[in-house]
Amino acid sequence: MRFGPGQRVRVASRSHAGHCRTPVYLRGKTGTVACVHGSFTNPETRAYDSDGLPEQPLYGVVFVQHDVWPAYAGPSEDSLVVDVFEHWLEEA
Amino acid sequence: MGSDHEHPHVHDHPHEPIGHDGEPAAAARVRALEELLVEKGVVTRESVRQGVDWLVSRSPADGARLVARAWVDPRFKERLLADARAAADELGLDAGPSPKVVAVENTDELHNMVVCTLCSCYPRALLGPPPAWYKSLPYRSRAVSEPRAVLAEFGVELDPGVELRVLDSTADVRYLVVPQRPKGTDGLDEKALAALVTRDSMIGVAQPRATEPQLA
Repeated sequence: MRFGPGQRVRVASRSHAGHCRTPVYLRGKTGTVACVHGSFTNPETRAYDSDGLPEQPLYGVVFVQHDVWPAYAGPSEDSLVVDVFEHWLEEA
Repeated sequence: MGSDHEHPHVHDHPHEPIGHDGEPAAAARVRALEELLVEKGVVTRESVRQGVDWLVSRSPADGARLVARAWVDPRFKERLLADARAAADELGLDAGPSPKVVAVENTDELHNMVVCTLCSCYPRALLGPPPAWYKSLPYRSRAVSEPRAVLAEFGVELDPGVELRVLDSTADVRYLVVPQRPKGTDGLDEKALAALVTRDSMIGVAQPRATEPQLA
């Protein structure tokens, strides 16, 4: 595991052709690792007649809503938790 | 489809497209995909039927049993929040084929709400088939960008002092919300409590009430 709980991470801002489970609205956004879910097969290859191996670590990453949506209307405490695979995360 | 495809009959006669009366486009697409997958040996008609049968046999009553047990047994609640699949096993419930099921607790300080922005990931084994609105584009987009407005439309006016946490189930985790036990339910037993736990409250877009609201 490259990251651990409490660590600041940024979602890569690259684009991806084909099936992918990293939402576009999060690309380039910075959050904090909340938990490590374990390792799971890679949906980006599994979608194309592959076994999806090697497994990729999956993290629950918590984002402050105001960091994701500059015009967010709610309180500053509001948050968003998204599960992101390790190869989409960079140190922030 | 091109004109060079193999065809079991000769096209020497005009006719209307052979269709299924009134079939929505999405259903036609699914049917075409299913036919191809059967033809290629990826699935069988029997396995598809079994899958649908399993899905529609699931119900939010299972999730409600987990929540009610957590309300009456704090140690069970700890185990549920630590490992929802193991907790479901304890009650003889099937948490389903998803790799990981996570239960999150609503409190006076934190309200959780679940969405799948990419498709319709949902703890089907414990909640049954997802409602149509859960799969709709407006819910999937607005639940992350303006969740308080969405909650208000569901009738939940969240206090500004309560943190709203939206869980976007993008990958291998399915989320189940453990709502707050309503006030005025001290005298109720576990079974009566389970009857108060609605599907929507386990998605996080509603709060259970001590008695079902009466329609005017």
